[in-house]
Amino acid sequence: MNIHQPEQATAKPLRFYGEEMPSRLLIGTARFPSPHVLSLSVKASRAAIVTVSLRREMARADTGQRFFELIKELGVRVLPNTAGCRTPKEAIATAQMAREIFGTDWVKLEVIGNDDTLQPDLFGLVEAAAALTKDGFKVFPYTTEDLVAADRLMAAGCEVLMPWGAPIGTGRGLANRYALRSMREYFPDVPLVIDAGIGAPSHAAEAMEMGFDAVLLNTAIATAIDPVRMAQAFADAIDAGRLAFEAGLMQARDMAAPSTPVAGTPFFDLDKNR
Amino acid sequence: MLTDTAQRRTLIVNGEPTETDAATVAALVASLGFAETQVATALNGDFVARAKRAATQLGDGDRVEIVAPRQGG
Repeated sequence: MNIHQPEQATAKPLRFYGEEMPSRLLIGTARFPSPHVLSLSVKASRAAIVTVSLRREMARADTGQRFFELIKELGVRVLPNTAGCRTPKEAIATAQMAREIFGTDWVKLEVIGNDDTLQPDLFGLVEAAAALTKDGFKVFPYTTEDLVAADRLMAAGCEVLMPWGAPIGTGRGLANRYALRSMREYFPDVPLVIDAGIGAPSHAAEAMEMGFDAVLLNTAIATAIDPVRMAQAFADAIDAGRLAFEAGLMQARDMAAPSTPVAGTPFFDLDKNR
Repeated sequence: MLTDTAQRRTLIVNGEPTETDAATVAALVASLGFAETQVATALNGDFVARAKRAATQLGDGDRVEIVAPRQGG
């Protein structure tokens, strides 16, 4: 939990690249049991941004456009990703294709460095972020807690950073609280979005209590037995966590401290003289 | 002499070897039955913008990616 810092305990609107965001929850659109459940879940989540992707299209199929129409009907912003890209070149071409087809210059930049952990290739990430920024993109990099990489991403033009909570799809929550807390303190004014690894609403609430600006998740909602209710649970947890951060959390201590006043406790003196 | 112009090429389209008469990316997209705005394209790893598809020539062995929106995390 963050230490109570009065200067942080204020209601500050969330802005991505200068645009005010009405929600601090971003959700992924993959792995839902049906388009209908996806649609209901997005509504229940109160998310204003959903992530989408690009995949090879089969001849004469119209799978892609039907999905895009469904998303457009929801009235949310799309944040296309470069999921699965392993090199800056792949990520750059994918981002450019996404910009054309989704009509947005926002991109969730993923350059994957390891197939088992799906952890970002930070070197490739920085290279791709610089090239895309130069090409007019607003880059949302999926990164780790590494502060030097974060600095390089900022220098490359990123105005939002998206550190992982835990590896994609693991649902382990915030795996490295110390490093994430350091990152929050190191970049007090940069929008930081916890992206990936969130498994439960309590994880999301914790991220918000620590002062992170938003949370992006997919699997925890999409693979719940009831995704719609889970989406609402996450929305409520994020609101509660943010409100708590703004209100200023108490500092934890090691020894007990009575909450009921000690002065005037009946029989207090008897107890002492025993 | 249709065969002079309609030259067969073997491309790799979305990872699959594909024989085609299409001489440009635009022609390939149309020949596969896609509407112009339905897909985005790349040739040999580089993005080919919609406006440049008609002027982008295809040759034997070229790798073409044709992609459309999909669910993503």
